Amino acid sequence: MKYLCLICADTCMERMTEDERRSHFDEYREFTEELRARGQLVAVNRLQPPETATTVRIRGGRVSTTDGPFAETKEQAGGFYVIETRDLNEAIGVASRIPGARYGCVEVRPIAEDGLTLDSLGLRPRAAPHRVS
Amino acid sequence: MSPSGGGSTSERIESIYRSDSRRVLATLIRLLRDFDLAEEALHEAFAAAIDQWPREGVPENPRAWLVSTGRFKAIDRIRRRARFDVSLEDVAEAIEAIAAPERNGDNEGVDDDRLRLVFTCCHPALQPDAQVALTLREVCGLTTEEIAHAYLVTPSTIAQRIVRAKSKIRQANIPYEVPGRSELPSRLDSVLRVVYLVFNEGYLASSGGSLTRHDLSVEAIRLGRLLVELLPEPEAVGLLALMLLHDARRNARTTESGELVLLDQQDRSLWNHEQIADATRLVERALSSRGSGVYALQAAIAALHGEAASTETTDWAQIVALYDVMLRSDPSPVVELNRAVALAMRDGPVAGLHAIDGLLDRGELGDYRFVHAARADLCRRLGRRAEAQASYRRALALTQLEPERRFLQRRLAEL
Repeated sequence: MKYLCLICADTCMERMTEDERRSHFDEYREFTEELRARGQLVAVNRLQPPETATTVRIRGGRVSTTDGPFAETKEQAGGFYVIETRDLNEAIGVASRIPGARYGCVEVRPIAEDGLTLDSLGLRPRAAPHRVS
Repeated sequence: MSPSGGGSTSERIESIYRSDSRRVLATLIRLLRDFDLAEEALHEAFAAAIDQWPREGVPENPRAWLVSTGRFKAIDRIRRRARFDVSLEDVAEAIEAIAAPERNGDNEGVDDDRLRLVFTCCHPALQPDAQVALTLREVCGLTTEEIAHAYLVTPSTIAQRIVRAKSKIRQANIPYEVPGRSELPSRLDSVLRVVYLVFNEGYLASSGGSLTRHDLSVEAIRLGRLLVELLPEPEAVGLLALMLLHDARRNARTTESGELVLLDQQDRSLWNHEQIADATRLVERALSSRGSGVYALQAAIAALHGEAASTETTDWAQIVALYDVMLRSDPSPVVELNRAVALAMRDGPVAGLHAIDGLLDRGELGDYRFVHAARADLCRRLGRRAEAQASYRRALALTQLEPERRFLQRRLAEL
């Protein structure tokens, strides 16, 4: 099952000294390599800070664009992993080893895998591809 | 298959329902990976037993019969459901998963299933209220109405909590498993917390007219025994001992008219001394093993009270020392308050008052009724009437519990 691990570390990266930052990245490098090697990594990336966000809505047929993230909360997403694990317990095990969990928190969300979602998004895995002759 | 010996077949079915239905359910939940399907299957299996056993005799292994009948009933149900709303592929998958032969024998792993179920119901990813409700419903077999009654909320509130918890288990894929060694301590904490919450709700109701709601305490002790039997971790042993020690004093805690009696006023001949002795052995066992913690320490303190013939002969020095150990490993203002009360017994009211005022000066526990009640009592013993009055009034303003209110009012009137 796939889970999104959303890292909320409240711009801690931005406040680090150069040395701290470097060793923080090293921690991520090591952890991510290990996930990749175990076949649990689906996707990962870091986000730029919340003040770089722009929120887009369509209202009355018009595009409305506002500055900032859509939710004004203290903790903002700073990065994410998409992982593939057997169940929530294993996902919690992975999330608890994300370096950001020590400074902020990590939200673990199951990713929908129902038939309608998979079909609508073209995500249904094909067992045996048909050969077109 | 033999005709029933003692009692009719329906009596035997009833007794098997009482002793084994929760175990059968736990196994069905593991096999079917679905609480509701498992409950329906359980009921259908017992309905089949009521129908077949009087004619065909009670099977040699009733539990295994019920599990396998329940499983087939569930397969039938999935097939029937498939005609309406599930794609054929999903059905085939579901049936394959359920119908796969078990690796374990019929009886092996049955108790593990109950332990798995406890860990699932008490999973920290579920809301604390929902953990309690789900555990009482699925592990203890209480009805939604019984749980609602015990917690003084409506049955629909409890039903909602349970439904939400079940769908979280399904959607987030919370597994049925006993956690591995590395996660066990933190996961066990969550289980023990639920058990102790249930116990306290029964022993020291947080609101309402009656001080003890015995059934919940009984369920909690039963859960505690199950845990100790299946997973004899020192803290599980410590918690069981703690609950048994509190429970042993139950009869002396209130008068017949429901008035609260404090420890120093209790008629100690009403205590269940046999239970205190059993629990004390459990405390010794817990404390002598590595990994004992706050429950074992609390139980050790309760055991010292239980062994003493009176408040005066209680080993207060030892109790203060145990609180010190507790504060070192897990500092908390409530533990500090308890230590202050013990200190007052060891060194006199002035020492205790000093410690309590230190807590209040730090801004701790200002809204906690027991801090003011304890302070009032120490001032009373020191003859500081005005201060005692003020503290009793503050405590009164903070409690909803009728027997406690009457007790505090009595003390206030006596000043």
